[in-house]
Amino acid sequence: MIIQTLAFYLFAAITVASAFMVVAARNPVHSVLYLILAFFNSAALFLLMGAEFIAMILVIVYVGAVAVLFLFVVMMLDINVAELRQGFLKYLPIGAAVGLVLFAELILAFGAWTMAPGAQAAMRARTPAPGRVDNTEALGRVLYTDYFFLFQVAGLVLLLAMIGAIVLTLRARPGVRRQSVPDQIARRRDEAVSVVKVPLGGGI
Amino acid sequence: MPLMEFFTTHWLGQLIVIVAKCLAVTVPLLVSVAYMTLADRKIWGAIQLRRGPNVVGPFGLLQPFADGLKLFLKETIIPSGAAKVLFIIAPMITFVTALVAWAVVPFDDGWVIADINVGILYLFAISSLGVYGVIIAGWASNSKYAFLGALRSAAQMVSYEVSIGFVLVTVLLCSGSLNLSEIVRAQTGGIHHWYMWPLLPMFVIFFISSLAETNRTPFDLPMSEAELVAGFHTEYSAMTFGLFFLGEYANMILLSGMGVVLFMGGWHAPLPFAPFTWVPGVVWFALKIATLLFVFSWTKGTIPRYRYDQLMRLGWKVFLPFSLFWVVATAGVIAFARGH
Repeated sequence: MIIQTLAFYLFAAITVASAFMVVAARNPVHSVLYLILAFFNSAALFLLMGAEFIAMILVIVYVGAVAVLFLFVVMMLDINVAELRQGFLKYLPIGAAVGLVLFAELILAFGAWTMAPGAQAAMRARTPAPGRVDNTEALGRVLYTDYFFLFQVAGLVLLLAMIGAIVLTLRARPGVRRQSVPDQIARRRDEAVSVVKVPLGGGI
Repeated sequence: MPLMEFFTTHWLGQLIVIVAKCLAVTVPLLVSVAYMTLADRKIWGAIQLRRGPNVVGPFGLLQPFADGLKLFLKETIIPSGAAKVLFIIAPMITFVTALVAWAVVPFDDGWVIADINVGILYLFAISSLGVYGVIIAGWASNSKYAFLGALRSAAQMVSYEVSIGFVLVTVLLCSGSLNLSEIVRAQTGGIHHWYMWPLLPMFVIFFISSLAETNRTPFDLPMSEAELVAGFHTEYSAMTFGLFFLGEYANMILLSGMGVVLFMGGWHAPLPFAPFTWVPGVVWFALKIATLLFVFSWTKGTIPRYRYDQLMRLGWKVFLPFSLFWVVATAGVIAFARGH
């Protein structure tokens, strides 16, 4: 138990410190790397809670895919840090306001989660008995039976966002020669090669 | 027996057992990495009608150790424009991620360091971390060749991970478990029960994607010598390069191990009767991995490098739709067979 507590404080401290460094780091690439460290430590926190499925999904989705794309984009862009810093104080009140609103919402959500009528009973009902069913299966059951419709709608929203992003960035440029693999494979020798008798001293 | 008690109950004894288990996996793994490099060169030699390394030791058997010693004794050069800390961390990330993934691989029934519920997800998560070693190396080197190699590699590994993910989904639909030992147990009973037959197209996609994940020919664009010198590790020398090299080979062995666990029945003998079942499971496991690794080397000696747009086309336009279709088909067949 004492090791678990120590591990919790270690991971939590690293998460908070690296989250701070995401904002404070001078180099945007370092910011993204700190963000990855924060993701990784939050996954460790989930593991400590016994939510191994969510921990692994966090690593696969956020560390393995999302952060790679972040890093990719940030490395490609030539971001001037000094220019970014110029408006820092001007935007500080807005940033603080957004932070406060988010914090208040978190408190409200937590309050509603613990104090709403029937919430305690619901929490007890959702938790499967330990050792009988692992939490991958438990999550699957809740998602695909109780919340099937909402789950599908969430998937559709993501699909819509993806199509939107593709439509916004797709440009059909005229005059581009594209490779057509079936055409290349279907080509025969007699279409591609012709034997020509070249007269002496003359060209074709 | 007080000694047994010490190892099973006392925390120090348990710690010693854990460390011993880790060493029992890591040391043979590193030795097989060393001999994999030799086998690779011997196989290419045979393909090109050469002898391959045959001077150091009998049949060149000491060649990998000579190479290792040479790398160890060379000078580590850090370019003046490089981001020093990241430059040194990058090869460590590649090497460590290739090693820690072995924690969940079952070598025989019960021979596994951590028999966790979400073993397959753990493997997938760790193998998706390997890309950071490459991309950080490319950026920290502060060199155009290394950076281009790293960008190619990042795009390539992310693309092929998607289809590997769908391949894993089909396997776990069939086995009904995320635990690697359970997946192997679901394939008990001879070669015809292995998942490589019902899921043959997925096995092929998995193998080709693992070539792309490990940056091997025909997908070795991140380090294509003709254009990028040595790709993301152009600026690396001595042991920092050595760690990349070891990590790359350990990753190849890991992906072969994954293929064996998911599709080739893990530790099970190919035929479930007497002379075959006398051989221990761990030997079958190693033999199967060696078979897949041979195909890795064979491919490298045979197939020319893909062009970059062909690589992307294959990943996104061929493998992704096909594996997506196969997931739906597998799920449909299973649901139909269970009579839902």
